[in-house]
Amino acid sequence: MKFIDEFRDQALVQDLARRLAALAAFTENPATVMEVCGTHTMAAARFGLKSLLPPAVGLISGPGCPVCVTDQSDLDAFLALGAEPGVVLVSFGDMLRVPGTHTSLEGLRAQGAEVRVVYSPLDAVELARQTPKKHLVFFGVGFETTMPATALAIQTAARYGLDNFSVCCVHKTMPAALKALLSSGDVRVSGLLCPGHVTTIIGTAAYDFIPAEFGLPCAVAGFEPVDMLLGIESILRQMKEGKACVDNVYTRAVSLPANPKARELLAEVFAPDDAFWRGLGVIPGSGVRIREPYARFDARARFPQVWERLTPPPPSPCRCGEVLRGVMRPVDCPLFAGICTPAQPLGPCMVSTEGACAAAYRYER
Amino acid sequence: MCLAIPMRLIEIAGVTGVAEVDGVTRAVRLDLLPEVVLGDYVLIHAGLAIARVDAAHAEETLTFLRSLADEVY
Ligand code: SF4
Repeated sequence: MKFIDEFRDQALVQDLARRLAALAAFTENPATVMEVCGTHTMAAARFGLKSLLPPAVGLISGPGCPVCVTDQSDLDAFLALGAEPGVVLVSFGDMLRVPGTHTSLEGLRAQGAEVRVVYSPLDAVELARQTPKKHLVFFGVGFETTMPATALAIQTAARYGLDNFSVCCVHKTMPAALKALLSSGDVRVSGLLCPGHVTTIIGTAAYDFIPAEFGLPCAVAGFEPVDMLLGIESILRQMKEGKACVDNVYTRAVSLPANPKARELLAEVFAPDDAFWRGLGVIPGSGVRIREPYARFDARARFPQVWERLTPPPPSPCRCGEVLRGVMRPVDCPLFAGICTPAQPLGPCMVSTEGACAAAYRYER
Repeated sequence: MCLAIPMRLIEIAGVTGVAEVDGVTRAVRLDLLPEVVLGDYVLIHAGLAIARVDAAHAEETLTFLRSLADEVY
């Protein structure tokens, strides 16, 4: 496929790996690169990138799997919406098997609840048009990459004058979470591989605070092996030269400023809000809520009783929180591959194909 | 979940279009990319084109890498 195969070219990958090995010779302390994005985690595992890196360079996963960082209480709220009369739950497929406190979307479906899976939030609006007697609630999960699609869906529903569509909005923004993570002090990283597709929306300047405030090199990278190795090379080079900036090695898709249309669209539909992250807690300004003119598309405003009835989830032995902060490797979780497997997952990091535990289970055991 | 794949635009009608990859087509929204023209490659995520793939930049990266490959270690 064009723009994919070329960036998987084995000869280029091997060359890059050799150059990385030569470049890494400068560092005595191992360099730890955090791949922020779940799609990077999956790609790294799938292409065996870790085996291509010199011993002095380690790769750890960050908080960028939207399924994994969705807080238990947010998932419980969405699941509870399914018990409201006439409500149909609509979700991306990735969320189906994530265990909530009592059940999962898949579990609800097995009990006879109507759960629909869509590829795009716009498809959920279409479903709402076709089934005027039902109320369709879309689970708005995802980072800046996904947020514009939800915003468009809401605008589209407004244009159609629909009254049977709403969004349970738990979208999250990446820079605020990175800031909280780096400020917490328990994460030891040498540099960050920043998420290419989030960056097509928010622009590379959104990460400028990372070198400025934390002195850490960043590289915005795509998702093919060549892209990721180029990003890691950039981080090592910055370390070697004793500087830190936001380098862009994904120039074919990403530019410095934010996408102006996306910025307009997001500002019209969403306002910044605090958000709950699994494993990270509440991060101020790291989420969005639906603005007043679109309030009737906000599931929380439409079904406040669901949130009033919600009880806090009991503690779980799952350690996804530590995995998401990059302070524990999946294999170091005592439940990994024993009690917790992709067939019987205990936490979202084992459910999501982009979860660090699932990637480690499939490719690194 | 932030995965987006490059597809070629084969139809454009205002903010909607059709994109194709390996013989598979799907309807896409183009609201974020008013500058795209037929034949452009765009990254598609959740039914929305989120970025135009710049062929010149892609080639530049590859040419640069291939030139380095000739270097002696
Ligand atoms: S291995 Fe399972 S229990 Fe352990 S952190 Fe990962 S998902 Fe949670």
